[in-house]
Amino acid sequence: MSFDLETAEHPEKLRRVAIDPVSRVEGHGKVTLLLDDQNKVHQVRLHIVEFRGFERFIQGRPYWEVPVMVQRLCGICPVSHHLAAAKALDRVLGIKKLTPTAEKIRRLMHYGQMLQSHALHFFHLSSPDLLFGFDSDVARRNIVGVAGKYPEIAKKGVLLRKFGQEVIRHTAGKRVHGTGAIPGGVNKSLSRAERDELLQDIYQIVAWSREAVHLAMELHTSNPALYNSFGIFRSSMMSIVGNNGDLDFYHGSLRARDDNGGILFDGVDYQGYNDILEEEVKPWSYMKFPYIKSLGKERGWYKVGPLARVQNCNQIPTPLAEAERREFVDYAGGTPMHAPLAYHWTRMIELLHAAEVIKDLLHDDDILGAELMTEGVRQQEGVGVIEAPRGTLFHHYQVDENDLITMCNLIVSTTHNNQAMNEAVRHVARRYLHGKEITEGLLNHIEVAIRAFDPCLSCATHALGKMPLEVELVDVEGRPLDRLAKNGDGSFCASLAD
Amino acid sequence: MSETFVLDGQEIPFAPGQTIIQAASAAGVYIPRLCYHPEFKPHGSCKLCTVKVNGRHTASCTFKAAPGLQVESNTEDLNAERRTLVQMLFVEGNHFCPSCEKSGDCQLQATAYELGMMSPHFDHFFPDRPVDASHPELLLDFNRCILCSLCVRASRDVDKKNVFALAGRGIDSHLIVNAASGRLADTNVALEDKAVQVCPVGVILKKRQGFKVPIGQRTYDEVPISGHVPAPAALTEEI
Repeated sequence: MSFDLETAEHPEKLRRVAIDPVSRVEGHGKVTLLLDDQNKVHQVRLHIVEFRGFERFIQGRPYWEVPVMVQRLCGICPVSHHLAAAKALDRVLGIKKLTPTAEKIRRLMHYGQMLQSHALHFFHLSSPDLLFGFDSDVARRNIVGVAGKYPEIAKKGVLLRKFGQEVIRHTAGKRVHGTGAIPGGVNKSLSRAERDELLQDIYQIVAWSREAVHLAMELHTSNPALYNSFGIFRSSMMSIVGNNGDLDFYHGSLRARDDNGGILFDGVDYQGYNDILEEEVKPWSYMKFPYIKSLGKERGWYKVGPLARVQNCNQIPTPLAEAERREFVDYAGGTPMHAPLAYHWTRMIELLHAAEVIKDLLHDDDILGAELMTEGVRQQEGVGVIEAPRGTLFHHYQVDENDLITMCNLIVSTTHNNQAMNEAVRHVARRYLHGKEITEGLLNHIEVAIRAFDPCLSCATHALGKMPLEVELVDVEGRPLDRLAKNGDGSFCASLAD
Repeated sequence: MSETFVLDGQEIPFAPGQTIIQAASAAGVYIPRLCYHPEFKPHGSCKLCTVKVNGRHTASCTFKAAPGLQVESNTEDLNAERRTLVQMLFVEGNHFCPSCEKSGDCQLQATAYELGMMSPHFDHFFPDRPVDASHPELLLDFNRCILCSLCVRASRDVDKKNVFALAGRGIDSHLIVNAASGRLADTNVALEDKAVQVCPVGVILKKRQGFKVPIGQRTYDEVPISGHVPAPAALTEEI
């Protein structure tokens, strides 16, 4: 099965333009475009080099090593992998309910992770596009440029992220790649000194998070022609929701809505995710294409992440974020908002929610408790699902009688959004690039669409802003005609003709 | 008044029969080591404790202290040689500290930090060494074995069981267990055996305990290995 603009009929007659790698996203991916002599677009694909074999080499390892090992998939949201694995292995140990201290420490860690990742994405990666314009001066279109023109915004972004990392450090032992969660519980709670240290700053963090929502809302509502239509496509949405349909990043049941907001399924226990989701493999991408089984490959794809979560839940269980959610829903006019740029607004609503939850947890004495572990009756299999910053994350393991992993399946957030990102990129190519002379600014439009989803393309750490970008034009024989390259320092190389 | 020798310019007293490393440890001076353990006869195989005695290289775990010896240990040259030895140990096995439950408690890792090892330097061997998880309470992860033979000595000399042995020669040396099946489950090893307690790296592990000690409370989180000098078991022990 192929979607519009996915596969050109006669690619041999077309020239290929590649954005490789896509910059200001986590990890490595590339976009290829096939154009004819009039620069009309015939094919657009977002290719992703994703996981590097974790599902295979985790086999044969002892299960208690897994939460620490799999978090190395990513340097941006390792906590999500750490906790999803721990949740799956809780089930392997036959545990459905942790001690209050263990659950709240894990939640604290996770909401700290959401805060730092969302702040990183909005302020460091996306705000340059949103504040300066998609085709603004490329030398300024980065976090350093933002710091120069909007120093207060940049400073708050940096400090919001820092606070999230401190929450992670106190709960997991390190800012990145800690060891807090273990199957059956956690290895530490907070000391009073640690709790008090975080309490000192949390009210400021909540206030800044609220300002961040207003900034994202203002950007969106002040330019509705762009923000409501850029890269738009309609699709279903999926996430987990907590009790009473609350927004919950740590635990809940699966819910999906169709593009009109109608419920496709609800209250589904994720232990049986295999019954409702299927993954398709396409020859041109390393990343699979998941879809809802009952709808089939053509109609069953969906989006995940902030835009899906904020519209999938019934309400947000913290007052400030709930007020912002209502504002967002009112703006959308009672029907689901599908515009990719609305991810930014909803991401900031989630940032505020994360800050409020952290504040509430810091006032809960359970996080100081000593009951860290619980026990159950050993099982052979378990699934753990969590709402990671970028969307729903599935970890599934089977463990043999000797405690070694025999099977591992991971469906990560960005994988769910694969088709959605491809659709957004094709929409932008059709609207902005079709028949036009290619410039860096126009190519950045494609990247802006991808960035809205905050994809983690290979779940690997990269030096921010150092990623080179190269666009090459080749003729039908593969001979290079023209080339434009961005160096690691942001400067541009001249074309081959020079 | 006991007799003394000179270690890096410092007078070190010793009792008759003591080795250089025993006397140094008693005086609170750290000499890097991996196969040496104060409760066991020295093995002299890891060579980390190599010092210069009157200008000549020798293993300080086997060389007996004598009056007036001039011993060099904490020098740039010797530490560079030790660092190379540790780098070779890292590449010969599969030492993935980021996901190893012994991280923070591992003597190989702590020694690498102590010696300022910043990279493995050599190409990794990436040997294929499946774990032995057959025992209900113990896991054997051969990937991390540095052939120190401490478990061999402990099982033979203390537990009197001979559960472990080193087989093969040279680069083919490897740890085996004493059972026809080759599986730990078919030996008489027990959780409380000295051989189970003594592994300096992450080979012999109690199952289902990994990562229970939080970061910050592990052995070498706050104090480097040089601050954990184990005192000799008995000053007059026969070597």
